[in-house]
Amino acid sequence: MATITAEQVEARVVETLASFGPDADQITRESTFEELDIDSLDLVELAQVVEDDYGVVLKGEDMKELKTVGDAIDLIVSRAE
Amino acid sequence: MPESSGVRDGSALVTGASRGIGAAIARGLARDGWRVGVNYRSDRSGAEAVVSEIEGEGGQAVLLEADVSDRGAADELFGALESHFDAPVLALVNNAGISRDDLTPSLGDEEWDDVLQTNLTAAFRLTRRALRPMIRARSGRIVNISSIAGLRANPGQANYSAAKAGLIALTKTSAVEVARRGVTINAVAPGLIDTEFIGGASKELLDAIPARRLGTPEEVAACVRFLTSEEASYVTGAVLTVDGGLAA
Repeated sequence: MATITAEQVEARVVETLASFGPDADQITRESTFEELDIDSLDLVELAQVVEDDYGVVLKGEDMKELKTVGDAIDLIVSRAE
Repeated sequence: MPESSGVRDGSALVTGASRGIGAAIARGLARDGWRVGVNYRSDRSGAEAVVSEIEGEGGQAVLLEADVSDRGAADELFGALESHFDAPVLALVNNAGISRDDLTPSLGDEEWDDVLQTNLTAAFRLTRRALRPMIRARSGRIVNISSIAGLRANPGQANYSAAKAGLIALTKTSAVEVARRGVTINAVAPGLIDTEFIGGASKELLDAIPARRLGTPEEVAACVRFLTSEEASYVTGAVLTVDGGLAA
């Protein structure tokens, strides 16, 4: 499998989160899911996208620990390595 | 030709569709334009007849053998159906069910486990698998075939009743979780339906039913057809009884 870069993951995560409601330009690495109004079902769907696109399986307990967009990107990149 | 205006975008999986209520549901969904996965466990000839009938009416269907109580059955069934029609599964009808009746003091562990596995755990696993593509598609219909035994006491059926009541709780909870993604999840609770599953009916039994007759598989299928229709988009977490007034 080709190497996945942090930039690719960030772009995909932002695109996916934006599909749940917030404007893409409002989403930064420091944004918390709470302030973006991203809820647990949104995170379940994000995990599905990540699994489908990168083969990285994120369980419910993994997602519960995530507070910011950067947390999610870092976790996905570390699991993909 | 199918009665509907055209082929639906996705396909529909009906478990336990080789006879009785499941067969009627499979035929009904095909008439509504769904491409149907006809699941069976052991009655291959019955399932083949259902597929032939659907195809004879101009619909599309595929045979899918699997025991839904097997842990890997959900992935197996969805994988086979998705690849056969090259389309997401956007309707799931959890119909497969068994009964192993006995009074609670003598009900064995195996009879308890078998009924819970097939009637409840399998429905959970299939629902979990179904929700992935449905959530992403912002569209989906799941109908769980419960029973009035899940709503009121039915002596000799503690295992069956517990599973069917559990199915109603699963329906309501999962429906609420995914409602804002355009996915609806409902239950249909049949009463006494004229199938091999219940055998004949005594006069005493018929007298207990306000409608004074057994229901037909097609009358149950009609409810499922409504709940899987686009028109039922605002109905979710509901339990629709089809029982001639028995549970009223």
